[in-house]
Amino acid sequence: MLELKNITKIYNPGEVTEMSLFEDFNLRVSDGEFVSIVGSNGSGKTSLLNIVCGSIPVESGQILVGGKDITHMPEHKRYRNIGRVYQDPAKGTCPNLTILENMSLADNKGKKYLFASGINRKRADFYREQLASLGLGLEDKMNLRVGSLSGGQRQAMALLMTTMTPIDFLILDEHTAALDPKTAEIIMELTDKIVREKKVTTMMVTHNLRYAVDYGDRLLMMHKGEAIIDKQGDEKITVTVPDLLHVFNEISIECGN
Amino acid sequence: MLNLIISTLTEGFIYALLAYGIFITYKILDFPDLTVDGSFPLGAAVTAVVINNGVNPFLALLISVAVGALAGLCTGLIHVRLKVRDLLAGIITMTALFSVNLQIAGSNMSIIGIDTIFRLMPFGDMPQIYRKLIVSLILAIIVKIILDLYFKTQNGLLLRSVGDNENLVCTLGIDNGNMKILGLVIANALVALCGSVVCQQQQSFSATMGTGQMVFGLAAVIIGTTIFKKMSFVKGTTAVMVGSIVYKACIQTAITLGLPANLMKLITAVLFLLILVLGNLPSKGGRKHA
Repeated sequence: MLELKNITKIYNPGEVTEMSLFEDFNLRVSDGEFVSIVGSNGSGKTSLLNIVCGSIPVESGQILVGGKDITHMPEHKRYRNIGRVYQDPAKGTCPNLTILENMSLADNKGKKYLFASGINRKRADFYREQLASLGLGLEDKMNLRVGSLSGGQRQAMALLMTTMTPIDFLILDEHTAALDPKTAEIIMELTDKIVREKKVTTMMVTHNLRYAVDYGDRLLMMHKGEAIIDKQGDEKITVTVPDLLHVFNEISIECGN
Repeated sequence: MLNLIISTLTEGFIYALLAYGIFITYKILDFPDLTVDGSFPLGAAVTAVVINNGVNPFLALLISVAVGALAGLCTGLIHVRLKVRDLLAGIITMTALFSVNLQIAGSNMSIIGIDTIFRLMPFGDMPQIYRKLIVSLILAIIVKIILDLYFKTQNGLLLRSVGDNENLVCTLGIDNGNMKILGLVIANALVALCGSVVCQQQQSFSATMGTGQMVFGLAAVIIGTTIFKKMSFVKGTTAVMVGSIVYKACIQTAITLGLPANLMKLITAVLFLLILVLGNLPSKGGRKHA
Protein backbone atom coordinates (compact mmCIF):
# COMPACT_ATOMS: atom_id res chain seq x y z
CA MET A 1 0.00 0.00 0.00
CA LEU A 2 1.15 3.47 -0.91
CA GLU A 3 0.02 6.34 1.27
CA LEU A 4 0.52 10.04 0.74
CA LYS A 5 -0.33 11.86 3.96
CA ASN A 6 -0.89 15.62 4.26
CA ILE A 7 1.47 16.39 1.42
CA THR A 8 2.32 20.05 0.82
CA LYS A 9 4.32 20.95 -2.22
CA ILE A 10 5.31 24.53 -2.99
CA TYR A 11 7.25 25.48 -6.09
CA ASN A 12 9.81 28.32 -5.79
CA PRO A 13 9.10 28.95 -2.09
CA GLY A 14 9.90 32.50 -0.98
CA GLU A 15 10.08 33.88 -4.50
CA VAL A 16 7.67 36.05 -6.47
CA THR A 17 6.77 33.01 -8.56
CA GLU A 18 5.86 30.99 -5.46
CA MET A 19 3.13 28.52 -6.35
CA SER A 20 1.53 26.16 -3.92
CA LEU A 21 0.48 23.01 -5.78
CA PHE A 22 -0.47 20.51 -3.10
CA GLU A 23 -1.92 21.59 0.21
CA ASP A 24 -2.63 18.83 2.65
CA PHE A 25 -3.03 16.29 -0.13
CA ASN A 26 -3.94 12.71 0.79
CA LEU A 27 -4.02 9.58 -1.34
CA ARG A 28 -4.04 5.85 -0.72
CA VAL A 29 -3.25 3.32 -3.40
CA SER A 30 -3.88 -0.34 -2.48
CA ASP A 31 -1.63 -3.17 -3.56
CA GLY A 32 -2.33 -4.39 -7.07
CA GLU A 33 -4.42 -1.36 -7.98
CA PHE A 34 -4.11 0.13 -11.48
CA VAL A 35 -4.79 3.86 -11.18
CA SER A 36 -5.25 6.07 -14.22
CA ILE A 37 -4.66 9.75 -13.60
CA VAL A 38 -5.94 12.50 -15.88
CA GLY A 39 -6.02 16.27 -15.58
CA SER A 40 -5.11 19.43 -17.42
CA ASN A 41 -1.60 20.82 -17.65
CA GLY A 42 -0.32 22.02 -14.31
CA SER A 43 -2.93 20.08 -12.37
CA GLY A 44 -0.30 18.13 -10.46
CA LYS A 45 -0.35 14.75 -12.22
CA THR A 46 3.33 14.51 -12.97
CA SER A 47 4.25 16.25 -9.72
CA LEU A 48 2.33 13.50 -7.95
CA LEU A 49 4.45 10.84 -9.66
CA ASN A 50 7.63 12.81 -8.97
CA ILE A 51 6.73 13.02 -5.29
CA VAL A 52 6.17 9.26 -5.12
CA CYS A 53 9.50 8.59 -6.85
CA GLY A 54 11.43 11.20 -4.88
CA SER A 55 12.37 13.23 -7.96
CA ILE A 56 11.19 16.36 -6.17
CA PRO A 57 11.14 17.05 -2.41
CA VAL A 58 7.97 17.93 -0.49
CA GLU A 59 7.59 20.79 1.99
CA SER A 60 5.69 18.68 4.47
CA GLY A 61 3.77 15.45 4.78
CA GLN A 62 4.66 11.80 4.64
CA ILE A 63 5.05 9.18 1.94
CA LEU A 64 4.53 5.66 3.23
CA VAL A 65 5.02 2.39 1.41
CA GLY A 66 3.66 -0.61 3.28
CA GLY A 67 3.67 1.55 6.40
CA LYS A 68 7.34 2.43 5.99
CA ASP A 69 8.20 6.13 5.75
CA ILE A 70 10.18 6.84 2.58
CA THR A 71 9.72 10.63 2.59
CA HIS A 72 13.44 11.28 2.93
CA MET A 73 14.74 8.30 0.98
CA PRO A 74 16.87 9.41 -2.02
CA GLU A 75 15.43 8.91 -5.48
CA HIS A 76 17.73 6.14 -6.67
CA LYS A 77 17.02 4.03 -3.60
CA ARG A 78 13.27 4.30 -4.13
CA TYR A 79 13.70 3.04 -7.68
CA ARG A 80 14.92 -0.27 -6.28
CA ASN A 81 11.21 -1.03 -5.78
CA ILE A 82 9.76 1.26 -8.41
CA GLY A 83 9.79 0.98 -12.17
CA ARG A 84 9.15 4.08 -14.23
CA VAL A 85 8.49 4.68 -17.91
CA TYR A 86 8.69 8.25 -19.14
CA GLN A 87 6.97 10.17 -21.91
CA ASP A 88 10.27 10.50 -23.76
CA PRO A 89 11.18 7.09 -25.23
CA ALA A 90 14.86 8.09 -25.06
CA LYS A 91 14.75 8.10 -21.27
CA GLY A 92 14.11 4.42 -20.71
CA THR A 93 16.96 2.90 -22.69
CA CYS A 94 20.61 3.58 -23.34
CA PRO A 95 21.14 4.52 -27.01
CA ASN A 96 24.83 3.58 -27.23
CA LEU A 97 24.33 0.06 -25.89
CA THR A 98 22.88 -2.84 -27.85
CA ILE A 99 19.45 -4.33 -27.20
CA LEU A 100 21.09 -7.30 -25.49
CA GLU A 101 23.25 -5.03 -23.31
CA ASN A 102 20.24 -2.91 -22.35
CA MET A 103 18.21 -5.98 -21.40
CA SER A 104 21.11 -7.41 -19.37
CA LEU A 105 21.60 -4.12 -17.60
CA ALA A 106 17.94 -3.90 -16.62
CA ASP A 107 17.82 -7.58 -15.65
CA ASN A 108 20.57 -6.98 -13.10
CA LYS A 109 18.57 -4.32 -11.24
CA GLY A 110 18.56 -4.93 -7.51
CA LYS A 111 21.87 -6.79 -7.65
CA LYS A 112 25.38 -5.38 -7.59
CA TYR A 113 26.92 -4.12 -10.81
CA LEU A 114 30.38 -5.61 -10.60
CA PHE A 115 32.82 -7.16 -12.99
CA ALA A 116 30.89 -10.09 -14.34
CA SER A 117 30.25 -9.93 -18.07
CA GLY A 118 27.73 -7.21 -18.83
CA ILE A 119 26.00 -9.48 -21.30
CA ASN A 120 24.00 -12.22 -19.68
CA ARG A 121 24.29 -15.01 -22.28
CA LYS A 122 22.40 -17.52 -20.14
CA ARG A 123 19.36 -15.29 -20.19
CA ALA A 124 19.66 -14.33 -23.86
CA ASP A 125 16.99 -16.84 -24.84
CA PHE A 126 14.66 -15.42 -22.22
CA TYR A 127 15.25 -11.90 -23.53
CA ARG A 128 14.63 -13.09 -27.07
CA GLU A 129 11.36 -14.64 -25.96
CA GLN A 130 10.33 -11.46 -24.18
CA LEU A 131 11.18 -9.32 -27.18
CA ALA A 132 9.38 -11.71 -29.50
CA SER A 133 6.21 -11.24 -27.42
CA LEU A 134 6.25 -7.58 -28.49
CA GLY A 135 5.83 -8.62 -32.10
CA LEU A 136 8.16 -5.88 -33.30
CA GLY A 137 10.88 -8.14 -34.64
CA LEU A 138 13.40 -6.93 -32.07
CA GLU A 139 14.39 -10.49 -31.14
CA ASP A 140 16.42 -10.76 -34.34
CA LYS A 141 18.33 -7.56 -33.69
CA MET A 142 19.82 -8.29 -30.28
CA ASN A 143 23.21 -6.81 -31.20
CA LEU A 144 21.82 -3.63 -32.70
CA ARG A 145 22.38 -0.33 -30.91
CA VAL A 146 19.17 0.86 -29.30
CA GLY A 147 19.77 4.38 -30.62
CA SER A 148 18.81 3.18 -34.08
CA LEU A 149 15.36 1.97 -33.02
CA SER A 150 12.15 3.94 -33.43
CA GLY A 151 10.43 5.69 -30.52
CA GLY A 152 7.76 3.01 -30.29
CA GLN A 153 10.30 0.20 -30.28
CA ARG A 154 12.33 1.95 -27.62
CA GLN A 155 9.26 2.57 -25.48
CA ALA A 156 8.26 -1.09 -25.74
CA MET A 157 11.75 -2.05 -24.65
CA ALA A 158 11.64 0.46 -21.80
CA LEU A 159 8.41 -1.12 -20.60
CA LEU A 160 9.89 -4.62 -20.76
CA MET A 161 13.07 -3.49 -19.03
CA THR A 162 11.26 -1.77 -16.16
CA THR A 163 9.04 -4.75 -15.45
CA MET A 164 11.64 -7.49 -15.89
CA THR A 165 12.72 -7.46 -12.25
CA PRO A 166 10.28 -7.64 -9.31
CA ILE A 167 8.96 -4.16 -8.45
CA ASP A 168 6.27 -2.92 -6.06
CA PHE A 169 5.16 0.00 -8.20
CA LEU A 170 5.01 0.77 -11.85
CA ILE A 171 4.93 4.49 -12.63
CA LEU A 172 3.84 5.45 -16.14
CA ASP A 173 4.36 9.10 -16.94
CA GLU A 174 2.35 9.78 -20.14
CA HIS A 175 4.25 6.90 -21.64
CA THR A 176 2.19 6.79 -24.83
CA ALA A 177 2.06 10.54 -25.44
CA ALA A 178 5.06 10.75 -27.78
CA LEU A 179 3.95 7.85 -29.98
CA ASP A 180 1.78 7.70 -33.07
CA PRO A 181 -1.81 6.49 -32.43
CA LYS A 182 -1.23 2.93 -33.64
CA THR A 183 2.00 2.45 -31.70
CA ALA A 184 0.41 4.09 -28.65
CA GLU A 185 -2.37 1.51 -28.88
CA ILE A 186 0.15 -1.36 -29.02
CA ILE A 187 2.10 -0.01 -26.05
CA MET A 188 -1.10 0.53 -24.06
CA GLU A 189 -2.26 -3.03 -24.66
CA LEU A 190 1.18 -4.32 -23.74
CA THR A 191 1.07 -2.24 -20.56
CA ASP A 192 -2.28 -3.68 -19.58
CA LYS A 193 -1.07 -7.22 -20.24
CA ILE A 194 2.06 -6.75 -18.14
CA VAL A 195 0.19 -5.10 -15.28
CA ARG A 196 -2.38 -7.92 -15.22
CA GLU A 197 0.27 -10.64 -15.43
CA LYS A 198 2.58 -9.23 -12.78
CA LYS A 199 -0.26 -7.82 -10.64
CA VAL A 200 1.95 -4.81 -10.02
CA THR A 201 0.52 -1.67 -8.42
CA THR A 202 0.42 0.91 -11.19
CA MET A 203 -0.05 4.65 -11.47
CA MET A 204 -0.53 5.86 -15.02
CA VAL A 205 -0.72 9.51 -15.99
CA THR A 206 -2.30 10.01 -19.40
CA HIS A 207 -3.82 12.73 -21.54
CA ASN A 208 -5.77 10.12 -23.44
CA LEU A 209 -9.16 10.06 -21.73
CA ARG A 210 -10.16 6.86 -23.52
CA TYR A 211 -7.15 5.03 -22.08
CA ALA A 212 -8.06 6.33 -18.63
CA VAL A 213 -11.60 5.04 -19.06
CA ASP A 214 -10.76 1.73 -20.76
CA TYR A 215 -7.80 0.71 -18.63
CA GLY A 216 -7.14 0.52 -14.94
CA ASP A 217 -9.49 -0.10 -12.05
CA ARG A 218 -9.41 3.37 -10.54
CA LEU A 219 -9.60 6.79 -12.13
CA LEU A 220 -8.35 10.05 -10.67
CA MET A 221 -8.84 13.47 -12.17
CA MET A 222 -6.45 16.04 -10.79
CA HIS A 223 -7.15 19.76 -10.67
CA LYS A 224 -5.07 22.37 -8.85
CA GLY A 225 -3.45 19.74 -6.69
CA GLU A 226 -6.65 17.99 -5.72
CA ALA A 227 -8.27 14.79 -6.87
CA ILE A 228 -11.63 16.16 -8.02
CA ILE A 229 -12.74 12.80 -9.39
CA ASP A 230 -11.84 9.51 -7.71
CA LYS A 231 -13.80 6.55 -9.01
CA GLN A 232 -13.03 2.93 -8.37
CA GLY A 233 -14.60 -0.47 -8.88
CA ASP A 234 -18.15 -0.41 -10.27
CA GLU A 235 -18.24 3.37 -10.20
CA LYS A 236 -15.24 3.49 -12.49
CA ILE A 237 -16.85 1.17 -15.03
CA THR A 238 -19.72 3.59 -15.58
CA VAL A 239 -17.46 6.56 -16.28
CA THR A 240 -17.41 7.56 -19.94
CA VAL A 241 -15.18 9.83 -21.98
CA PRO A 242 -17.99 12.45 -22.45
CA ASP A 243 -18.42 12.56 -18.64
CA LEU A 244 -14.75 13.40 -18.24
CA LEU A 245 -14.83 15.93 -21.07
CA HIS A 246 -17.77 17.62 -19.41
CA VAL A 247 -15.83 18.05 -16.18
CA PHE A 248 -12.83 19.30 -18.14
CA ASN A 249 -14.97 21.96 -19.79
CA GLU A 250 -16.43 23.08 -16.49
CA ILE A 251 -12.93 23.47 -15.09
CA SER A 252 -11.90 25.48 -18.12
CA ILE A 253 -14.85 27.86 -17.72
CA GLU A 254 -14.02 28.21 -14.05
CA CYS A 255 -10.46 29.11 -14.97
CA GLY A 256 -11.71 31.73 -17.41
CA ASN A 257 -10.71 29.92 -20.58
CA MET B 1 63.64 10.35 -40.86
CA LEU B 2 62.99 6.84 -39.59
CA ASN B 3 64.04 7.94 -36.12
CA LEU B 4 61.58 10.81 -36.32
CA ILE B 5 58.75 8.45 -37.21
CA ILE B 6 59.67 6.09 -34.41
CA SER B 7 59.80 8.82 -31.80
CA THR B 8 56.48 10.23 -33.01
CA LEU B 9 54.87 6.80 -32.74
CA THR B 10 56.36 6.39 -29.27
CA GLU B 11 54.90 9.73 -28.18
CA GLY B 12 51.57 8.75 -29.68
CA PHE B 13 51.44 5.47 -27.77
CA ILE B 14 52.50 7.04 -24.47
CA TYR B 15 49.99 9.89 -24.73
CA ALA B 16 47.29 7.41 -25.74
CA LEU B 17 47.16 6.56 -22.01
CA LEU B 18 46.09 10.12 -21.28
CA ALA B 19 43.71 10.13 -24.21
CA TYR B 20 41.95 7.00 -22.83
CA GLY B 21 41.35 8.97 -19.65
CA ILE B 22 39.86 11.91 -21.52
CA PHE B 23 37.83 9.47 -23.60
CA ILE B 24 36.18 8.28 -20.38
CA THR B 25 35.44 11.73 -18.98
CA TYR B 26 34.67 13.63 -22.18
CA LYS B 27 33.08 10.98 -24.41
CA ILE B 28 31.53 8.58 -21.93
CA LEU B 29 30.65 10.79 -18.97
CA ASP B 30 30.24 14.01 -20.96
CA PHE B 31 32.32 15.71 -18.26
CA PRO B 32 34.88 18.40 -19.27
CA ASP B 33 37.52 17.40 -16.74
CA LEU B 34 40.25 20.00 -16.29
CA THR B 35 41.82 18.01 -13.43
CA VAL B 36 43.99 16.51 -16.17
CA ASP B 37 46.37 19.48 -16.32
CA GLY B 38 47.12 18.81 -12.65
CA SER B 39 46.95 15.04 -12.41
CA PHE B 40 49.33 14.54 -15.35
CA PRO B 41 52.26 16.35 -13.67
CA LEU B 42 51.16 14.80 -10.37
CA GLY B 43 51.93 11.36 -11.79
CA ALA B 44 55.26 12.68 -13.06
CA ALA B 45 56.18 14.39 -9.77
CA VAL B 46 55.45 11.33 -7.68
CA THR B 47 57.38 9.16 -10.14
CA ALA B 48 60.43 11.45 -10.09
CA VAL B 49 60.52 11.42 -6.30
CA VAL B 50 59.98 7.71 -5.73
CA ILE B 51 62.42 6.69 -8.48
CA ASN B 52 65.05 9.00 -7.01
CA ASN B 53 64.48 7.18 -3.74
CA GLY B 54 65.25 3.83 -5.29
CA VAL B 55 61.70 2.56 -5.88
CA ASN B 56 61.30 0.12 -8.77
CA PRO B 57 60.13 2.11 -11.84
CA PHE B 58 57.30 -0.33 -12.53
CA LEU B 59 56.09 0.13 -8.97
CA ALA B 60 56.33 3.88 -9.63
CA LEU B 61 53.75 3.42 -12.39
CA LEU B 62 51.34 1.82 -9.92
CA ILE B 63 51.95 4.52 -7.30
CA SER B 64 51.16 7.16 -9.92
CA VAL B 65 47.96 5.37 -10.81
CA ALA B 66 46.94 5.50 -7.14
CA VAL B 67 47.66 9.21 -6.66
CA GLY B 68 45.96 10.03 -9.98
CA ALA B 69 42.91 8.13 -8.76
CA LEU B 70 42.91 10.28 -5.62
CA ALA B 71 43.00 13.45 -7.73
CA GLY B 72 39.99 12.16 -9.70
CA LEU B 73 38.27 11.33 -6.44
CA CYS B 74 38.73 14.94 -5.27
CA THR B 75 37.16 16.39 -8.42
CA GLY B 76 34.38 13.81 -8.22
CA LEU B 77 33.55 14.59 -4.61
CA ILE B 78 33.69 18.34 -5.22
CA HIS B 79 31.31 18.01 -8.16
CA VAL B 80 28.92 15.37 -6.85
CA ARG B 81 28.84 15.87 -3.10
CA LEU B 82 29.50 19.62 -2.89
CA LYS B 83 27.48 20.25 -6.07
CA VAL B 84 30.06 22.44 -7.80
CA ARG B 85 29.76 22.67 -11.60
CA ASP B 86 31.83 20.12 -13.51
CA LEU B 87 34.21 22.60 -15.16
CA LEU B 88 34.82 24.47 -11.89
CA ALA B 89 35.33 21.29 -9.89
CA GLY B 90 38.14 20.32 -12.26
CA ILE B 91 39.69 23.78 -12.16
CA ILE B 92 39.71 23.74 -8.35
CA THR B 93 41.53 20.41 -8.17
CA MET B 94 43.91 21.40 -10.97
CA THR B 95 44.84 24.65 -9.21
CA ALA B 96 45.38 22.91 -5.90
CA LEU B 97 47.49 20.22 -7.57
CA PHE B 98 49.91 22.80 -8.95
CA SER B 99 51.02 23.60 -5.39
CA VAL B 100 50.87 19.95 -4.40
CA ASN B 101 53.21 19.07 -7.27
CA LEU B 102 55.65 21.82 -6.27
CA GLN B 103 55.63 20.45 -2.73
CA ILE B 104 56.28 16.93 -3.96
CA ALA B 105 59.06 17.52 -6.48
CA GLY B 106 59.88 21.22 -6.62
CA SER B 107 59.67 23.05 -9.92
CA ASN B 108 62.06 20.65 -11.66
CA MET B 109 63.50 17.27 -10.87
CA SER B 110 65.80 15.13 -12.93
CA ILE B 111 66.04 11.33 -12.89
CA ILE B 112 68.85 11.11 -15.40
CA GLY B 113 71.11 8.14 -14.81
CA ILE B 114 68.51 6.18 -12.88
CA ASP B 115 66.87 3.05 -14.27
CA THR B 116 63.46 3.56 -15.84
CA ILE B 117 60.91 1.11 -17.25
CA PHE B 118 62.51 1.66 -20.65
CA ARG B 119 65.91 0.51 -19.45
CA LEU B 120 64.76 -2.35 -17.26
CA MET B 121 63.04 -4.25 -20.07
CA PRO B 122 65.09 -7.32 -21.05
CA PHE B 123 65.67 -6.46 -24.70
CA GLY B 124 69.45 -7.09 -24.76
CA ASP B 125 71.42 -4.24 -26.25
CA MET B 126 68.63 -2.88 -28.40
CA PRO B 127 69.00 0.88 -29.01
CA GLN B 128 67.07 3.09 -26.58
CA ILE B 129 64.79 4.48 -29.29
CA TYR B 130 63.40 1.04 -30.19
CA ARG B 131 63.06 0.08 -26.55
CA LYS B 132 60.96 3.15 -25.96
CA LEU B 133 58.75 2.34 -28.91
CA ILE B 134 58.18 -1.25 -27.83
CA VAL B 135 57.57 -0.46 -24.15
CA SER B 136 55.12 2.31 -24.95
CA LEU B 137 53.32 0.13 -27.49
CA ILE B 138 52.99 -2.66 -24.93
CA LEU B 139 51.69 -0.26 -22.29
CA ALA B 140 49.17 1.36 -24.64
CA ILE B 141 47.87 -2.05 -25.70
CA ILE B 142 47.70 -3.59 -22.22
CA VAL B 143 45.74 -0.62 -20.88
CA LYS B 144 43.50 -0.64 -23.95
CA ILE B 145 42.69 -4.34 -23.47
CA ILE B 146 41.95 -3.85 -19.76
CA LEU B 147 39.63 -0.93 -20.57
CA ASP B 148 37.89 -2.81 -23.38
CA LEU B 149 37.26 -5.73 -21.03
CA TYR B 150 36.02 -3.39 -18.31
CA PHE B 151 33.59 -1.63 -20.65
CA LYS B 152 31.94 -4.99 -21.26
CA THR B 153 31.36 -5.78 -17.59
CA GLN B 154 28.12 -4.93 -15.78
CA ASN B 155 29.88 -2.04 -14.09
CA GLY B 156 31.36 -0.89 -17.40
CA LEU B 157 27.94 -0.91 -19.07
CA LEU B 158 26.60 1.16 -16.20
CA LEU B 159 29.43 3.68 -16.58
CA ARG B 160 28.71 3.95 -20.30
CA SER B 161 25.04 4.56 -19.49
CA VAL B 162 25.73 7.42 -17.08
CA GLY B 163 26.81 9.85 -19.79
CA ASP B 164 24.21 8.52 -22.16
CA ASN B 165 21.19 8.44 -19.93
CA GLU B 166 21.54 9.42 -16.28
CA ASN B 167 17.88 8.81 -15.87
CA LEU B 168 18.12 5.12 -16.69
CA VAL B 169 20.95 4.58 -14.21
CA CYS B 170 18.88 6.23 -11.50
CA THR B 171 15.82 4.09 -12.22
CA LEU B 172 18.05 1.02 -11.97
CA GLY B 173 18.49 1.99 -8.33
CA ILE B 174 22.06 3.22 -8.74
CA ASP B 175 23.41 6.58 -7.59
CA ASN B 176 24.58 8.46 -10.70
CA GLY B 177 26.97 10.51 -8.61
CA ASN B 178 28.94 7.46 -7.48
CA MET B 179 29.32 6.29 -11.07
CA LYS B 180 30.57 9.74 -12.11
CA ILE B 181 33.11 9.70 -9.30
CA LEU B 182 34.24 6.25 -10.38
CA GLY B 183 34.68 7.46 -13.96
CA LEU B 184 36.77 10.44 -12.82
CA VAL B 185 38.88 8.16 -10.62
CA ILE B 186 39.66 5.80 -13.50
CA ALA B 187 40.30 8.66 -15.94
CA ASN B 188 42.72 10.54 -13.71
CA ALA B 189 44.48 7.31 -12.73
CA LEU B 190 45.19 6.83 -16.44
CA VAL B 191 46.29 10.44 -16.87
CA ALA B 192 48.73 10.17 -13.95
CA LEU B 193 49.99 6.88 -15.36
CA CYS B 194 50.73 8.74 -18.58
CA GLY B 195 52.51 11.43 -16.57
CA SER B 196 54.63 8.77 -14.93
CA VAL B 197 55.64 7.23 -18.27
CA VAL B 198 56.41 10.65 -19.76
CA CYS B 199 58.57 11.50 -16.74
CA GLN B 200 60.50 8.25 -17.17
CA GLN B 201 60.86 8.82 -20.90
CA GLN B 202 62.12 12.41 -20.56
CA GLN B 203 63.96 11.52 -17.35
CA SER B 204 62.72 14.69 -15.75
CA PHE B 205 59.76 16.37 -14.13
CA SER B 206 58.79 20.00 -14.52
CA ALA B 207 55.92 21.70 -12.74
CA THR B 208 54.60 23.19 -15.98
CA MET B 209 54.48 19.95 -17.96
CA GLY B 210 50.73 19.66 -17.38
CA THR B 211 49.80 22.80 -19.29
CA GLY B 212 47.77 21.98 -22.36
CA GLN B 213 47.45 18.25 -21.69
CA MET B 214 43.67 18.52 -21.46
CA VAL B 215 43.59 20.17 -24.87
CA PHE B 216 45.87 17.49 -26.29
CA GLY B 217 43.65 14.74 -24.88
CA LEU B 218 40.48 16.34 -26.22
CA ALA B 219 42.08 16.75 -29.63
CA ALA B 220 43.18 13.10 -29.68
CA VAL B 221 39.71 11.92 -28.70
CA ILE B 222 37.98 14.12 -31.25
CA ILE B 223 40.39 13.24 -34.08
CA GLY B 224 40.10 9.55 -33.31
CA THR B 225 36.34 9.42 -33.01
CA THR B 226 35.92 11.60 -36.12
CA ILE B 227 38.17 9.38 -38.25
CA PHE B 228 36.26 6.26 -37.26
CA LYS B 229 32.80 7.83 -37.14
CA LYS B 230 31.46 5.66 -39.94
CA MET B 231 33.12 2.49 -38.65
CA SER B 232 31.17 1.57 -35.57
CA PHE B 233 33.02 -1.74 -35.18
CA VAL B 234 36.21 0.15 -34.26
CA LYS B 235 36.43 0.39 -30.47
CA GLY B 236 36.59 3.85 -28.91
CA THR B 237 39.93 3.06 -27.30
CA THR B 238 41.44 2.10 -30.66
CA ALA B 239 40.12 5.28 -32.25
CA VAL B 240 41.57 7.37 -29.46
CA MET B 241 44.97 5.68 -29.75
CA VAL B 242 45.06 6.49 -33.45
CA GLY B 243 43.91 10.04 -32.66
CA SER B 244 46.81 10.43 -30.26
CA ILE B 245 49.33 9.30 -32.90
CA VAL B 246 47.82 11.52 -35.60
CA TYR B 247 47.93 14.53 -33.32
CA LYS B 248 51.53 13.94 -32.28
CA ALA B 249 52.41 13.52 -35.97
CA CYS B 250 50.84 16.88 -36.78
CA ILE B 251 52.84 18.59 -34.06
CA GLN B 252 56.01 16.81 -35.14
CA THR B 253 55.44 17.92 -38.72
CA ALA B 254 55.05 21.52 -37.57
CA ILE B 255 58.34 21.32 -35.69
CA THR B 256 60.12 19.66 -38.61
CA LEU B 257 58.87 22.40 -40.91
CA GLY B 258 60.80 24.79 -38.72
CA LEU B 259 58.08 26.49 -36.71
CA PRO B 260 59.64 28.03 -33.60
CA ALA B 261 59.06 26.19 -30.32
CA ASN B 262 57.68 29.35 -28.73
CA LEU B 263 54.71 29.18 -31.08
CA MET B 264 53.93 25.59 -30.06
CA LYS B 265 50.87 26.38 -27.94
CA LEU B 266 49.54 28.72 -30.61
CA ILE B 267 49.88 25.96 -33.19
CA THR B 268 48.24 23.54 -30.78
CA ALA B 269 45.31 25.89 -30.30
CA VAL B 270 44.87 26.50 -34.04
CA LEU B 271 45.13 22.80 -34.77
CA PHE B 272 42.56 22.04 -32.07
CA LEU B 273 40.17 24.64 -33.49
CA LEU B 274 40.59 23.14 -36.95
CA ILE B 275 39.84 19.67 -35.64
CA LEU B 276 36.73 20.87 -33.82
CA VAL B 277 35.41 22.68 -36.90
CA LEU B 278 36.18 19.79 -39.23
CA GLY B 279 34.72 17.32 -36.75
CA ASN B 280 31.49 19.32 -36.71
CA LEU B 281 31.00 19.50 -40.46
CA PRO B 282 29.55 16.06 -41.22
CA SER B 283 26.97 16.28 -38.46
CA LYS B 284 25.35 19.28 -40.17
CA GLY B 285 23.44 16.85 -42.34
CA GLY B 286 21.45 16.08 -39.21
CA ARG B 287 21.37 12.92 -37.19
CA LYS B 288 18.89 10.34 -38.29
CA HIS B 289 17.79 9.50 -34.80
CA ALA B 290 17.01 11.74 -31.89
